[in-house]
Amino acid sequence: MNLRTPLSQVKGLGAAKEGVSHWWMQRLTSIALVPLVLWLGFGLASLSGADYATFTEWVRSPMVAVLLILTIVVSFHHGQMGLQVIVEDYVPNEPVRAAAIILVKLAAVLFSVIGVYAVLKIALGAG
Amino acid sequence: MAEFKLPANSVVQPGKTFSAPAGAKNVKRFMVYRYDPASGHNPSLDTYELDLDDCGPMVLDAILKIKNEVDPTLAFRRSCREGICGSCSMNINGANDLACTAAIADFDGDISIYPLPHLSVIKDLVCDLTNFYAQHASVEPWMKTSSPTPPDSERLQSKEDRSSLDGLYECILCACCSTSCPSYWWNSDRYLGPAALLNAYRWIADSRDEATGERLDALEDPFKLYRCHTIMNCTNVCPKGLNPAKAIAEIKKLMVQRRL
Repeated sequence: MNLRTPLSQVKGLGAAKEGVSHWWMQRLTSIALVPLVLWLGFGLASLSGADYATFTEWVRSPMVAVLLILTIVVSFHHGQMGLQVIVEDYVPNEPVRAAAIILVKLAAVLFSVIGVYAVLKIALGAG
Repeated sequence: MAEFKLPANSVVQPGKTFSAPAGAKNVKRFMVYRYDPASGHNPSLDTYELDLDDCGPMVLDAILKIKNEVDPTLAFRRSCREGICGSCSMNINGANDLACTAAIADFDGDISIYPLPHLSVIKDLVCDLTNFYAQHASVEPWMKTSSPTPPDSERLQSKEDRSSLDGLYECILCACCSTSCPSYWWNSDRYLGPAALLNAYRWIADSRDEATGERLDALEDPFKLYRCHTIMNCTNVCPKGLNPAKAIAEIKKLMVQRRL
């Protein structure tokens, strides 16, 4: 039997004093992704049908490598923030919710590091 | 996962039909959600055929006619019958609205009437608003000041500052907005919902209030505030024509503004 007052239940553990940076960073990364994704789309389209050598040559260009790394990091950062919101919305069970958010964040770090490593390997590797 | 289906004991069954009186020419069918916790049965959808030639113009008039002349067991809240008390909020043909300001003539065909979505039903169209009212209380909707009250006058406010409260102070707490919000459906235990947040902003925007920072602090939370994803159902259904989504957006802007 729950004898806590409705107000006490609503107040809960109080405000987390968090959420602004998450909200603001979601907006900033989505603005950044507009030119980055456009650039990537046009870049890949211009290389359609190219062989492996042409493609690695393209990645080796400093500007392309930097923009690729930016796109990878920003999109995974943006993606994990969006997935976190979806989990918070739809997963009411608190331990499952916490586990899912941690999983999403760790997976985003893992995949963005893999992506960055791949670009660096091509851009800085010999031949 | 969030619950997207009704539990087995909440599934609505077909109910009774009350036919129109003999000789009625202008018949309209009202399908009304019925639930009596004492009966032990599932909720049902009862059909009432009314003669509109012998009925007031608003949906509330039809419901009152049902209660007075057809079926006195129907339970619902109503008081002012002119859109200022917020008691008769219900879901009419799929959209939350006040029964007293919704004209029957605006609906083609049958009219279905359900209680506000995603609240516990006490009986028929009467929902449990305890949590909703507690959320309103939690934003401390009163003026908070540190400077002493002027001894011989009111706390003054310029006409411009007063006008920034227009569109905020008119809220009648009918709960149409909050109960139309999917974010509120999934997380009403932690998300304050559009009505409470609009009222929070009503005091944040008040030039006489001296607790703006504390008010923002109390809302800075992934659940209390940031469950709002600008779905805009709140603004679409508000029977007073207010814009809770904009008030919430203003709160979010202030949150960023004070840290840049």
